Amino acid sequence: MSSLLKNIIRFVLFIVFQVFILNEVPPLHRFIVPYLYFLYILWLPFKLNRFALLVISFIFGLTLDYFTGTPGLHAAPCTLIAYLRPFLLNLLIPQETTEQSYVEPGPKSMGWAPYGLYIGILTFIHHFYLVLIEWLQFGNLIYFIGKVLGTTAISLLMIFIVELLFTRIGRYRSNTA
Amino acid sequence: MKNIFLFIRQYFTFLSFLLLQVLAIVMLGNASKTHQSFFASAANEVTGSFDTRYSHLRSYFGLQETNRLLAEENARLRNLLPANFLSPNTGKKYVIDSLIKDSLGHVRKFTFLPAKVVGNTYTLQANFLMLERGTAQGVTKGMAVTGPEGIVGVVVEVSANYCRVMSLLHRNSKVSAMLKKDNSSGTIEWDGIDPSYLLLKNVTKGAKVSKGDTVVTSNYSANFPPHLMIGTVAAIASESSSNFYTLKIKTTTNFYNIQYVYLIENTRYTEQVQLETNPSKIP
Repeated sequence: MSSLLKNIIRFVLFIVFQVFILNEVPPLHRFIVPYLYFLYILWLPFKLNRFALLVISFIFGLTLDYFTGTPGLHAAPCTLIAYLRPFLLNLLIPQETTEQSYVEPGPKSMGWAPYGLYIGILTFIHHFYLVLIEWLQFGNLIYFIGKVLGTTAISLLMIFIVELLFTRIGRYRSNTA
Repeated sequence: MKNIFLFIRQYFTFLSFLLLQVLAIVMLGNASKTHQSFFASAANEVTGSFDTRYSHLRSYFGLQETNRLLAEENARLRNLLPANFLSPNTGKKYVIDSLIKDSLGHVRKFTFLPAKVVGNTYTLQANFLMLERGTAQGVTKGMAVTGPEGIVGVVVEVSANYCRVMSLLHRNSKVSAMLKKDNSSGTIEWDGIDPSYLLLKNVTKGAKVSKGDTVVTSNYSANFPPHLMIGTVAAIASESSSNFYTLKIKTTTNFYNIQYVYLIENTRYTEQVQLETNPSKIP
């Protein structure tokens, strides 16, 4: 399957999963809101140029926004993590080996530790920014921090489960593809 | 000039990032004010049709609960039928008809329109409902929405066949309410913490409030008819620095499983709102 087709299917699946399953989950606790959709952005291929990455993330966030009725709310954090992603990847992976031989970020292509760090930092930034702009009008500090940390923890847990369930084949880039 | 182009080329990614951020924030800022742009309306139709399909699937799981609610409501309405009341024999007959004006000079002010809920969120800070009823079926912006058990929200966006309702569980939602016991009025808001509880703010400390008191919609609202159920008082917080109570209200509406609601049309809405918003000329 081509990378483009695979990512289009993922786009649809992540939106559907977030809107129709995760957003329907009754709130377990006031700190916890399950978010998984942004994993799509973290999984986009390495070789995508940075402008395309920004635009795709913006459109992806906006699509979700039109389902929840808040245009711009998820689009803003999505563009933020898409902007930060290349810097972080440059720091975390050895240029020579990984980026040339693997297609997209994953525990196989980067190793569990750098990949975990990559996911953890971007997840935290995403939630921090999301809760911040969601809350510009009101809020108290402890609730704010609690919500960011709680949401980040539940997202990381879900991402871990997703990584275990759907083992993506760490495909080597070859000349034929 | 050349330097400007060089600068733009060098920071192209950063600039496009800033541009998209600003765009997103502006959209978010406008979202709560204007809902009438063409694009929002078109997107509304698209997401609405997805929501409908999903809702068809979901509604099977809720049939039992929906039936129970409708049966309860029917029972309550049947109890209100004029046939159930024995009037003293004064030779008059009460007839309720569907005319907009009856011979006694009563004018119909509120009309209830049933609608199916096709989309509903309650986990976010800004929650909305999607209803399958739009301008083609007589829905206008600002109509009140109530469920079988209590009020739900206000229509903020309408397309041809769908409308979007700002739920009470929205941080910008404000509904005028009063205590049923002594008619002390206040404002219903949501603090974004628990979807089962709302806040009733600005209730005077002169009111004798106790836990379990009923809270209903007030006479002052332009879109809600008075005396619609909202909830019951669950906790009382009295701030020593102000003259007002802030009451925690347990909603009677269960926002987790709303299936059918009623849109309430106030035939005098435009007239009332126009007069309220136009500044008075008298100093």
